[in-house]
Amino acid sequence: MGGSGATSKLRSAPSAFQKTPAMTTQLAARQGTYRATFDQLQQDPRVDAFGALRARGFARFSEVGFPTTRLESWRFTNVSPVTQRQFAVPAPTDLEPSVISSFELNGVEGPQVVCVDGRYSPHLSSVSELPVGVELGSMADLLGTNPKVVAQHLAQLARFDDPAASFTALNTGLLQDGLVVRIPDDTVLETPVRLLFVSTGGNDAMSHPRTLVMAGTNSQVRLVESYAGVSDNAYLTNAVTEVFVGDGAVVEHYKLLRESVEAFHIASMHLSLGRSATFSSNAITLGGAIVRNEVMAELRGEGGECTLNGLYLVDGTRLVDNHTTILHAKPHCDSHELYKGILDNQSRAVFNGKIIVAIDAQKTDAKQTNKALLLSEEAQINTKPELEIFADDVKCTHGATIGQLDSDALFYLRSRGLDLEQARDVLIHAFASDVLDRITIAPIREQLDSVLLQQLPGSRHASFATA
Amino acid sequence: MLTVKNLHARIGDHEILKGVDITVNPGEVHAIMGPNGSGKSTLANVLAGREDYEVTDGTVTYEGKDLLEMDPEDRAREGVFLAFQYPVEIPGVNNAYLLKAALNEIRKHRGESELDAMDFMTLVKERMKVLDIDTGLLNRPVNDGFSGGEKKRNEIFQMVVLEPKLAIMDETDSGLDIDALKVVSKGVNTLRSPDCSTIVVTHYQRLLNYIVPDVVHVLSDGRIVKSGGKELALELEEKGYGWIGSDVQAQVGA
Repeated sequence: MGGSGATSKLRSAPSAFQKTPAMTTQLAARQGTYRATFDQLQQDPRVDAFGALRARGFARFSEVGFPTTRLESWRFTNVSPVTQRQFAVPAPTDLEPSVISSFELNGVEGPQVVCVDGRYSPHLSSVSELPVGVELGSMADLLGTNPKVVAQHLAQLARFDDPAASFTALNTGLLQDGLVVRIPDDTVLETPVRLLFVSTGGNDAMSHPRTLVMAGTNSQVRLVESYAGVSDNAYLTNAVTEVFVGDGAVVEHYKLLRESVEAFHIASMHLSLGRSATFSSNAITLGGAIVRNEVMAELRGEGGECTLNGLYLVDGTRLVDNHTTILHAKPHCDSHELYKGILDNQSRAVFNGKIIVAIDAQKTDAKQTNKALLLSEEAQINTKPELEIFADDVKCTHGATIGQLDSDALFYLRSRGLDLEQARDVLIHAFASDVLDRITIAPIREQLDSVLLQQLPGSRHASFATA
Repeated sequence: MLTVKNLHARIGDHEILKGVDITVNPGEVHAIMGPNGSGKSTLANVLAGREDYEVTDGTVTYEGKDLLEMDPEDRAREGVFLAFQYPVEIPGVNNAYLLKAALNEIRKHRGESELDAMDFMTLVKERMKVLDIDTGLLNRPVNDGFSGGEKKRNEIFQMVVLEPKLAIMDETDSGLDIDALKVVSKGVNTLRSPDCSTIVVTHYQRLLNYIVPDVVHVLSDGRIVKSGGKELALELEEKGYGWIGSDVQAQVGA
């Protein structure tokens, strides 16, 4: 508990588009392929409007380099397997729609935007029949038609001055394009908006997906952000998502991570919630060799409500790290967090949940729960709540439980005729179910349920749906 | 049906069963009574296959097979059912799901076809009606948030759906009000047939007013010290366990 930096979160970032002199020449060349990619992007005249921001991002990344375990927030997550490699942006690939279809969520209606290796793919995307005023697609396009909106939002939440944020700096430094979801005021999107990021995943390929979501006042949208790889290779996905939830807006967010088990997935999501805004997220992590899901939420208006749920399944020697920071800046805001992990073999997990309650954020109600189920003696989790409370009339609770399968429950199920494997599956599934049950889009819930079952240790693909 | 011979069992270094002998014939109801700590629950759990207990000597033959060699699930599939003294709460697992999975495992084992959802519901609702149990129970997580009485009723409900050949009831009557006690006895009496044997482990004679046993055993310090007819239970109720033998007196005095 405790620590520093409550006020730094409140500091506003400099404008993303202020003019800066070309500083690229001053930078050390030690950044290898990243530098080459950056130089190449800076020479491309088509997306020049990102140039100044990119320069700042890459300069910062060059200065601080990748995070090391000496940084408190990276203490248990050693990214040296990432830093030892020289990742490069792969040449543009045109995927067949059939390749995409294996990652699609059957039965989910509505628009879908597809990015292949971080590049927006118009021919794989379907964005027709949107309500008037809804913008969905390439950030570069929006930059052409409405540069002011992009300038007012892009990189305003995803700051990178902190050395721990150097992946965000790198993402910004290599920003080429991104996705934009913009919902006008008072607009309700009935069908979910799906954002699918596919890595074609040659070995050492990298992508830096960037997403900007702007949900206007009293708007309502459900977003499904999916990351998937078509290969089993060790590629890098370094994603940054910024979400502005306007006053009274309701945003329901899902993140489905199905990267290759060799892949590195480093992602941060930055949120700003306006007055009486509601944001909820369910992040389901099923793949990746090293996964870092960072969420930084700022409750900037009274009466906001932020819910962050996560479920991860990790085995082998893989690592999943969930880092959340929720800043209660105003009174009468609620935040709820429920993270659950299932760890097998020698896998590792990290959960770090920071809650900051600013001095005038009275009547804050913050609840954080973190539960891990260890299926093996060698699996390991490091879990840490961090509460920084400066107000005096607040309710903040946190709890962490780490346990194994209950032997009494196993015996009970076996005594009814279920064999050991079945009994284990039932209990593991039951553990996961209270996160899965919170998924309101039924086809997603059902498909995740079956994907999860297939990944259970020794699973036999049984269905645990109600009888 | 069931022959227990010279059964010794321990948990850790603590020997609990010190040579139990019981023979249960098809269709019989046996009551096992005894003071606290005499080994009643241990005997019930050893028969169901709980691995916390180590069997150090003796044999258990069930329908001609070595019961002790079988995994708990195989015992269940062969028709052994234990109604738990403390039914386990399993949040996230729906009662109906567990019951359907269990029933179909047992049916598969018997070479019968699995029941689909409709047939299953028909069967279950009929059994619930017999026991006067609310159907809302089906959609609740197994024992999660149940009162003590609800948990015991749920055990009996599972029992009448799974139709065991050997039902073992581990102090199912403890802590029950009279209504719940009637559900329990109704369940046992529903199953009562020449094909189904029942072992009722109980501390009190009360349940035996509703479930009339063929044989009553008194278990004391890990051994059966006395067996008799149903009148033995009444005698125990009247006189306590003290009169049975010096072993027992030591127990009661403790």
